[in-house]
Amino acid sequence: MTRSELTEKLARKHQQLLYKDVELAVKSMLEQMSRTLSSGERIEIRGFGSFTLHRRVARVGRNPKTGEAVQLDEKYVPHFKPGKELRERVNAKK
Amino acid sequence: MALTKADMAKNLFDELGLNKREAKELVEGFFEELRTALEEKEPIKLSGFGNFSLREKKQRPGRNPKTGEEVAISARRVVTFKPGQKLRMRVESYAGDIK
Repeated sequence: MTRSELTEKLARKHQQLLYKDVELAVKSMLEQMSRTLSSGERIEIRGFGSFTLHRRVARVGRNPKTGEAVQLDEKYVPHFKPGKELRERVNAKK
Repeated sequence: MALTKADMAKNLFDELGLNKREAKELVEGFFEELRTALEEKEPIKLSGFGNFSLREKKQRPGRNPKTGEEVAISARRVVTFKPGQKLRMRVESYAGDIK
C-alpha cells in the first residue's frame, strides 16, 4: 500500500470530506511524525506502536568499494516497536 | 513529550481547519488502514517516511527469564519498519539528547 492508496481508502470512508483535504491530512500526519522524531521526541500510538530513536555510537567504518577508512560520527536512527493490537492482528490470520 | 493521536488530531484541527470530530476520526482511520494492510500481509510504502513489512519468524528455543526454564518461542509473523532515506537524514542531523 502506497501513500496514495492509503489516501484513497481513507477518502472512501470519509465521503463528507474533500479528497484534497484527506490528502493534506495524510501529508500532515506523516510530516508531524517525521518532525517529532527529528526533534528527538518519541511517537506513541496505542494499538499501533511506538517510534523512538536509537543511538549509534561513533565508529570508524570503511568505504566498501575502496577499502578506505572513514570516521562515522555518532547518530540517531528511527526505531519502530509494534504495539499489542498490531502484533496480535498480524498473527491472527494464518 | 511524545506525539500521540490526540496531538495529531489537534494539529489537523489547527492546520487544516477540520472539525475536531473529523480530525480525530482521520487520525484513527489512518492507523487503522495501516493495521488492516499489515493484517492482510500487504507491505506499506510511505515515501519520505519509510516502509513497513512483515517477516516470518520460525519457532526457536527461548528461556523464561524469571525461572530459567527452557520454553519454545512459537513461529510468528512480525512487523518491521525501515525508515526512508529522507527520514533517516532528518533524524541523523538531530544532535541533542533523546527527550
